[in-house]
Parts: sequence; C-alpha cells; structure tokens
Amino acid sequence: MMQSRSVQIWVGLFVIAGMAALLMLSIKVSNIRAFSNEQGYELNANFENIGGLKVRSPVTMAGVVVGRVSKIGFDSEIYEAVVTLNIDPRYDNLPEDTSASIFTSGLLGEQYIGLEAGGAENYLHDGDRIQLTQSAIVLEKLIGQFLVSQADK
Amino acid sequence: MMGLLQRLGATTLGITERIGRGHLFLLYVLGGFPSLLPRFGLVIKQIYASGVLSLLIIAVSGLFVGMVLALQGYNTLVDFGATESLGVVVALSLVRELGPVMGALLFAGRAGSALTAEIGLMKATEQLSAMEMMAVNPLHRVVAPRLLGGIIAMPLLAAIFSAVGIIGGYLVAVGLLGVDEGAFWSQMQAKVDLFDDVASGVIKSVVFGFVVTWIALFEGYDAVPTSEGVSRATTRTVVHASLAVLGLNFILTALMFGDD
Amino acid sequence: MSAEPVNSQQHSMPEAWVRIRGLRYTRGEQVIFDGVDMDIPRGRLTAIMGPSGTGKTTLLRLIGGQLHADAGTVEVAGQNVAALRSKALYRLRKRMGMLFQNGALLTDLSVFDNVAFPLREHTRLPELMIRDLVLMKLHAVGLRGARELMPAQLSGGMARRVALARAIALDPEMVLFDEPFTGQDPISLGVLVSLLRSLTDALGLTSVVVSHDVQESLSIADYVYVISAGRVVEHGAPEALQQSTSPWVQQFLQGQSDGPVPFHYPAPDYRTDLLADSP
Repeated sequence: MMQSRSVQIWVGLFVIAGMAALLMLSIKVSNIRAFSNEQGYELNANFENIGGLKVRSPVTMAGVVVGRVSKIGFDSEIYEAVVTLNIDPRYDNLPEDTSASIFTSGLLGEQYIGLEAGGAENYLHDGDRIQLTQSAIVLEKLIGQFLVSQADK
Repeated sequence: MMGLLQRLGATTLGITERIGRGHLFLLYVLGGFPSLLPRFGLVIKQIYASGVLSLLIIAVSGLFVGMVLALQGYNTLVDFGATESLGVVVALSLVRELGPVMGALLFAGRAGSALTAEIGLMKATEQLSAMEMMAVNPLHRVVAPRLLGGIIAMPLLAAIFSAVGIIGGYLVAVGLLGVDEGAFWSQMQAKVDLFDDVASGVIKSVVFGFVVTWIALFEGYDAVPTSEGVSRATTRTVVHASLAVLGLNFILTALMFGDD
Repeated sequence: MSAEPVNSQQHSMPEAWVRIRGLRYTRGEQVIFDGVDMDIPRGRLTAIMGPSGTGKTTLLRLIGGQLHADAGTVEVAGQNVAALRSKALYRLRKRMGMLFQNGALLTDLSVFDNVAFPLREHTRLPELMIRDLVLMKLHAVGLRGARELMPAQLSGGMARRVALARAIALDPEMVLFDEPFTGQDPISLGVLVSLLRSLTDALGLTSVVVSHDVQESLSIADYVYVISAGRVVEHGAPEALQQSTSPWVQQFLQGQSDGPVPFHYPAPDYRTDLLADSP
C-alpha cells in the first residue's frame, strides 16, 4: 500500500504541474480577455477600403487597446466595408465626432483601427455609427501613384 | 506478374484485417470505461506509468526546443528589426505545433513502447489468458485503464512541454539575446489566442494521446507472443504511432487553422 | 478407434462434470482433435496424458471456453461451453481455476496481491477478510511466508504453488492443471505432486491434470486418458492402464522412441522428398 501512496502523490504532483502549465499558457501566454469579448458595446464604421484588417484586429486610442474588431461586412448598396467594433465598456465616453482610421503597425505589420476623439458634448452609444473614417493606405496604390507622377514629369 | 498482384492483394487484405481488428479491439476496450469510474485507482497507476515517468524527457526536451526556437527565430527576425515578435514566434510554434506534436512523438517513444512491451509480455507469459480464466476481462481490467491514463496524461505533458519551452525561449531571448522583456510577453499575449491557439493545441494533444496509446496497446495485444514478436511489435508501435501523429497533425491543423 | 476401458470391473464412477462428445478441432490444415469422447468425473483427479504436440493445452482451453471446437460438444457442469454468452461463460469460469504452465502470475503484483486478485475482482469482501482468505490459501501451498515477494523473485516451483493458491482462491469446483510437473527439480516436484493429491481430496476438487510426465501422473491420478494423434487411445484407472495390451499405451508409458506413435512427423516419403525438383 505504501507503494500506491507514493504513486498517488506523484500523480497528484503531475496533474498540478500540468494544470499549472495550462494556466500559464492561458494567462501569461495568451490573451484571456477573449472571454470578455462579448461584454463591450458595439460601434459601426464604414470604410472605402479596409486593406488587411481582420476580425479580432485591435482598436486603439492614443495607442491603448480599447477594443477589437468583432465583425467585417460589406454593404452592397454603397459598396463600402462595414466594420463593427467591440469597445471595452470602461471606455463609454467617446465623443460623437470621434474619427476612425486604419493604420499599419510598422511598414509590414498588421493593420489596426485607431480612434481619435473629437470635441462633441454627446457620447457614442451601442449601435452608433462613426461618421468620420479614413481608409487603409494600400501600399501598392501609393507606389502606383508615385510611379505615375514620376512618369508625368 | 500474377505473383506481384497476389502479393499486393494479400498485403492489402492483411492491412485491412488488422485495421478492422484494431477497431474492434478499441470498441471492446471502450466498453470497459464505465467500470473504471468506481476503480479510478487503476487509472491513477497508469497516469503514473505513462505520465509521470515521461515527465523528465518531456520537460528537458521542451526546454531545449524552446531555447533553439528563440535562437533561430532571433536570427531571422533581427533582419526585419522585429525581435520584439520573438515571444510570439516561440509561443505560437510551441502551443500550436511543437508542444502537441513533439510531445506526442516523445510520448510514443517513451510511454508507447513501454505499453506495447508490457502488454506483449503479459500475453506471452499467459497473464492475459490467466485473467480470462479467472473470469476477468483483460480488455477491461488491463487495457482500458491504460488507454484512459494515456488520454489524460498526454495533454498535460504537451502543456508542460509548451510551458517549459516558452520559459526556455524567454531565458534565451531576454537573458542571452537582450530582447526587451516587456515586449516579449506583451506581444505574445496580444497575438496568442486562448481558443484558437491554446485550446486547439490541447485538443490536438488529447487526440494524439488517444491515438498513440491505442496503437501501443493494440500492437501489444496483437503481438506474436514470443520475445521476438514483442520486440517487433514495440518497434512497430513507435513507427506507426509517430506516422499517425504526424499525419493526423496535418489533418487537424487543416481543420482548425485552415479557414482563417 | 476409440478404445473401451481396460478395466472390466468398472468401479462405480461419479457423474461426469466435464462431458466431451465427438470433439473435432483443427488449427489451419492441422487436425488437433478428431472425434474425442471424454468424461471427467466429479471430485476425482483425472490425468490426460499424451506426447508433446497432441494438443493437451488446447484441450484445457476448449474446456475453459477460450477456444471453440469445430464440431462436437464440450459440456461443463451440464452447460455447453461453446454456446454460452460471455456473461454466462464468465460465471462458469468462476467455478473453475486454471494453473498455467509457468504460473502466469501477474508480474506487477506481489504474491499476496496475486492470490487476492480474483477475490478483489469478484467479491466485495472487506480487506481484512480478504487478508485472512489469502493467508489461508497461501498456507495451504506452504508459502504464507512469501507473501511480500514479487513473482520475479520466485523459483519456478514456488511460482506454480502461488498460482495454485490463486487458482483455488475462489473455492472453485474444478481446477485445470497445464503441465504442472515439467521442469521441476525433484523436491518441488514432490511438493507439487502431494499438493495436487491432497488439495483434490481436501477440497473435493474435480482436478484435470494435463501432463506427459508418466510416473507422477500415474501415481496420483484416479483416472487416466491417453491421447495421441487427435484421439483417445486408452482410458481407465492407472493400475489397469499399466496392464494395457495396446502397443500405443505401452510405448508411451515406457518411453520408447518409436512405435505406433511415429518418431517422424507425418511427411512424404523420404527418398521422393529429397529427390523432388520443385522447392
């Protein structure tokens, strides 16, 4: 019986080590906030071109992540992309004239949405639309324009 | 020509028959799972045999793999000035692929071969027959706890492999290569997703644990009951289980990460 | 060519616990049994003897229901073994014990736990009572002091005695012994022979000993079957058997190398075989 006791203790330690590893992977390594994804409020924004923006791309304000892109759709009447942003409920005082732009982190990095607060008195609420938007800068387009302007000279 | 055709046919029939027997075997073994609940001590013994005894090799391998990942990743990323992403590279490679896959390969070599040899020897020394004559079903009493033990042990081992590997990568990246510590962790947290990456890695390792243990147990149970037969079966376990893990990994990866 | 019993004044035999009729069993092309009839009396020690390779172990497995006959029936305690569903078969097996050639002890359990194994699997007795039962069975085979040893630490004879204690752990009605005497030194041989006899008498067991050790088997058996080439060649009480006029039996009992049981495994003619062209 002594033998099975030490076996049980070892298995207990093993399970704890395994659980600790899983815990570390979920808290330290990955983004556990994925859970609270649904709890924020949603804003919509139309863009002419979203470039490489993806669902779950970060939404930042002054460089701080305040939410994530929760849905990307296409409005077939006005031929524009409709991006739904999920904003952390802590940031519930974004002014009505807040503007949204699609930026690229670094030259080749992933794309994210940057919000810039305006000066309006009223705040945005769940389901509201951000009016002022600026599309992604598509590198190929820029290069194309540059080449054309060079050729015209 | 006919001889060749005949041999092809015979081989195909042989393989099909073995696969069929393997599945029937599994069915009988799974039938023994309900009776394990009141006697979980049997399973704990097997978690010890396949999990605890594999712990050292898993942890040491994980540490070295993580350290190498950091070194190699750094060499590539430094050209793009993106060394802050080193944490992401190390963590994603480990959590998604290397933890489950390398863990399962090591598991097949360490625990799988031991299981085959154990069951094969029990068959060769008539222990399984003796159990049958004592009105004890060896598939329920001997094989089922080992299968469940493997299924429980493997994801824990894979998680330990990944966690130790990330620590190894951290030690090399921050301690040796001078990557910024904050960037290492925060970039990792921003890019590694709990569901898409961590959870799917865990699912993979559960599947691998099941398949490796199943193959190991079946090879042992199906072995020719001589010392030569058992040693051949042990080799087959390592080869077949490793191939199954790599093949399944491709399928699972395509299923889980394919539509992104 | 199944022979009549040699002893004419057949002393009253108890009812048969195992009844085998017209048993036929083949393995691949090889015919192991072809029309075997056997009655194994209850409460007696029956020896089944025959040269190596006559399928004596196979016969035990047929009785235990691990193998199924191609034709004919094997009845144990009035039940046709081959027709039983697994639940009923397991219930029947609880009434029999089997001693394998090398003991077949479970290598990862101690002597004590090996003997306790059937008790723990099939009963819900408190651990204290199991302890008493195990010690009683171990005492019966003289190994009460060896309870802490692991199977790897036992000699062959001791392993067989432990296996015997395990086989009688559930107080079965019948015990099957597969070659209990082979490869034993004289002392453990003597111990095993007297154990078999005394346990059979003390517990009222129906014992079936499969063996090719003539002297030992004849010295303890109540009834003997001699099988060869898939058939029962002779059967009767041991004294009667030694008077048998059958050349088969005399060859076997006296250990002659050639005779009715051929020295050569069935083969085509030697000359033609050697001169044959095709490989």
